[in-house]
Amino acid sequence: MYKIAVMGDYDSIYGFATLGLSIVPVSTPEEAKEKLHQLAGGQYGIIYITEAVAAELTREIEKYQEQITPSIILIPGVSGNTGAGVQGVKATVEQAVGSDILFSN
Amino acid sequence: MASTQINPTRMELNRLKKKKVTAIKGHKLLKDKRDELMRQYLDLVRENMALREKVEAGILSANKNFVIAKAGMSGAALNTALMAPKQEVNLGVGEKNVMSVNVPTFEYQTRTADTNDIYSYGFAFTSSDLDGAVKSLADILPDMLRLAEIEKGCQMMAAEIEKTRRRVNALEHVIIPETETNIKFITMKLDENDRSTTVRLMKVKDMMLEEAHGYSKK
Repeated sequence: MYKIAVMGDYDSIYGFATLGLSIVPVSTPEEAKEKLHQLAGGQYGIIYITEAVAAELTREIEKYQEQITPSIILIPGVSGNTGAGVQGVKATVEQAVGSDILFSN
Repeated sequence: MASTQINPTRMELNRLKKKKVTAIKGHKLLKDKRDELMRQYLDLVRENMALREKVEAGILSANKNFVIAKAGMSGAALNTALMAPKQEVNLGVGEKNVMSVNVPTFEYQTRTADTNDIYSYGFAFTSSDLDGAVKSLADILPDMLRLAEIEKGCQMMAAEIEKTRRRVNALEHVIIPETETNIKFITMKLDENDRSTTVRLMKVKDMMLEEAHGYSKK
């Protein structure tokens, strides 16, 4: 059985603990990188990462994109929505179609 | 383009003809695969976008609720309230084959069947805002899981579509024309050899007749 982790700054993620998800508060990019590898290597099927933290980890996240697990999903943090998650979806459209024909407006 | 040296032999010709047939068949199949993948992908990615917008809005409002809840309580009380989670989510990961792309499917189980069993604290020392905040977060959890499944599927399918598209293009614009030129080159070369053999034989025959019987042309 897999588990679900939520990674980000503590203020953005502490609520998820009540739902039974594992929360992984991180404060520096290095710490985040290390934790991400730990989580991905362990029993975690889904890792939610706040957009602010994910911005520092694009290369690491890309590495896991072609594997079935973990599924790394960006979520907005408490400081607001940076649009990185939507941007990620647009990027996959661009990769598949060649240009963003669906959400470009 | 006959860029590499090819032997103008019948064996090579047969080999190239077979290669061309395979390439055309492969091209057709890959093209079909690409089209079908694309069709499914476009449906999925639309759902992905809608779900993402919904989840992001949900998380934002939940975050707002948590900020309000935090404002009405002391940090220590809040930490104590959330310290020991009651609920636990177990995730089952399956695989689904979509046009030879293995995409994950997630199924989740909560420790207790009651979805309202999420409050890990007594209600006496916490503000009611916290209940609302926790509830709003719990409400979007199913959507978040569905988002994880779909977004991962989209990413994997996009990668596969890109690969397939490259293969289709390589076959269509490089392999098949190249084989065709090579086949043409060999056929021409063989025909030319045939003609030169015929001419040589005619010439030899003339010479032998001349020598044996003193025939000459004319």
